[in-house]
Amino acid sequence: MKPVFEYTQGMRDKETHYCPGCSHGVAHRLIMEVLVERGELGKAIGVSPVGCSITAHQYLNVDMIESPHGRAPAVAAGIKRVHPKAQVFTYQGDGDLASIGGNEILHSAERGEKICTFFINNAIYGMTGGQMAPTTLIGQKATTCPYGRDLDNYGLPMKMAEIVSCMDLAVYVERVALNTPANIRKAKQAINRAFEVQKLGLGYAFVEILSACPTNWGLQPAKAMEWVTRNMIPYFPLGQLCCPEEVK
Amino acid sequence: MEKKLMKGNEAFAAAAISAGCRYYFGYPITPQNEVPEYMSRELRNVGGHFIQAESELASISFIYGAAAAGARCMTSSSSIGIALMQEGLGSCVVCELPCVIINVMRAGPGIGAIQPAQADYTQVVKSGMNGDAHCIVYAPTSIQEAVNMIYHAFDVADEYRNPVIICVDGMIGQMMEPVIIPESRAVIEEKDIEKTKPWALCGHRNRRDRNKINSVFLNQYELEDRIMNRLLPKFEKAKKELPEWESRNLEGAEAVFVAYGSTARIAIEAMELLEKEGIKVGIIRPKTLWPFPDAAFDEIDSKTTKVVISVELSLGQMLEDIRLALEGRYPTALINRVGGILLSPVEVAERTKAVLGGMK
Ligand SMILES: Cc1ncc(C[n+]2csc(CCOP(=O)(O)OP(=O)(O)O)c2C)c(N)n1
Ligand code: SF4
Ligand SMILES: [Mg+2]
Repeated sequence: MKPVFEYTQGMRDKETHYCPGCSHGVAHRLIMEVLVERGELGKAIGVSPVGCSITAHQYLNVDMIESPHGRAPAVAAGIKRVHPKAQVFTYQGDGDLASIGGNEILHSAERGEKICTFFINNAIYGMTGGQMAPTTLIGQKATTCPYGRDLDNYGLPMKMAEIVSCMDLAVYVERVALNTPANIRKAKQAINRAFEVQKLGLGYAFVEILSACPTNWGLQPAKAMEWVTRNMIPYFPLGQLCCPEEVK
Repeated sequence: MEKKLMKGNEAFAAAAISAGCRYYFGYPITPQNEVPEYMSRELRNVGGHFIQAESELASISFIYGAAAAGARCMTSSSSIGIALMQEGLGSCVVCELPCVIINVMRAGPGIGAIQPAQADYTQVVKSGMNGDAHCIVYAPTSIQEAVNMIYHAFDVADEYRNPVIICVDGMIGQMMEPVIIPESRAVIEEKDIEKTKPWALCGHRNRRDRNKINSVFLNQYELEDRIMNRLLPKFEKAKKELPEWESRNLEGAEAVFVAYGSTARIAIEAMELLEKEGIKVGIIRPKTLWPFPDAAFDEIDSKTTKVVISVELSLGQMLEDIRLALEGRYPTALINRVGGILLSPVEVAERTKAVLGGMK
């Protein structure tokens, strides 16, 4: 009998610690499936962030290092200079990438580092228990904005894909979401394009992945997916902001 | 090998390249700018990589990545920049990643002054890092000694799988002296990293299990195990094998100076001035600050020595370690200046006479 569906060898045989309905597991799996399908699992090196996914190396079957909070792009750039043919990627949350690591991400994009970044935007600090993130929506409640994020104090949520796409050497920037099967398939294609950009040495590749954190949003998993559809996507529009001809 | 007149900072960079360092990441700060400038000029000629980082946080993060990838790498900075690096340095220690850091000290706290000082003693020796972490710290007194120590530091870093800091002050960084740069070492090629550093991140190539380099521990017993069974034995070994010092004129000395780096040169001149006046003073010059050369203090002449004097450009930061090493055997005193002011040999000599006079 020929199996029609198999556990990807990109994932290690270990149950994840993520909450039910969390998007981290889905994002992990997509990245690993892409690397396996590309035959590049053995030449990939991942950098995990400070956030719920810090121990992603328990699950991802590639060489990995944990980065101090927000520094993943610089860590990845250091690795890439030593192993120019490796597929080096960072995997970062919104607190990690948009707040404490804002400088590292912009400069890596500006230098056109030949690495990929997968940005898990769940509009909240998951790991520390639901504090406000730079991507928390106006009116969204978090433990450090119990009355909802207000414009006067914090301004508007950061649209990182748009910001990064201003850097000319960030040659591939796309925002995807993990809220529906169709969008999950598109997310996988975006991840594949990001690795292709890196393989061809075209420049920096950035994929923002709108994700759910049911636990800290206080929602059931299915409701959390609806929340992505209803609240996140209107503010963080999906689609490509830039894409080189070679990978279109 | 040919002797060349070189500026300290440039010689430091040249020594690193000779030692096989091919990756340098750094952010500008006075008084060490000639290090990144030299690296930006020369590294590409030997197939190396230079990146001017966006901050010291980024510099040390590049280092963390490059060291994890198996490369010989270095950064440099000064005082407040080293303060920013503490986060990444701690990660290098707990992940056991070898790297070399040059600190060309200026005066602090805060932005401070760009003139030479030694007030980072506590920061580098006791460590500003969170957790039980140590960097190995060398403190050269001349450009040649700095060059030799930097050349050697890459081997020590690899052997101990730990960051090594070369701690000099702005005076040694900025002055010029004749110096011999040691012969260039063979550089480990990328394809050989797997063999020489099996723990490094190279991609598993479907030939082995994945390597992971981690500093977060969900199980605190695993962290205790890392500290007790991997870091501590290494730190203990370092304390046994690494302390280095130079001592002079200890026999029959009335007082003993303890001084490192550029201050040791001034203390030696003061010692000569005092000798002409018939006052016999000796000196202990620590060459490693961590581990501190405790054993040096056993060489003091107990029949004649009345006082041990720390001569330093800080508020008695080294004096604390001297007292710990002495374990109450001798009274101590402090001769110092701070804020970027240097001591002169005459000032040290005069203040020594006052110290001795006060002891009757
Ligand atoms: C230097 C530092 N500051 C703060 C923290 C605490 N901290 C851990 S995770 C985190 C936020 C993570 O949020 P995010 O990046 O959005 O990731 P998520 O957990 O949502 O996936 C913070 C602030 C830390 N570990 N290190
Ligand atoms: S707290 Fe949120 S981001 Fe973290 S594992 Fe749970 S659902 Fe996922
Ligand atoms: Mg988050």
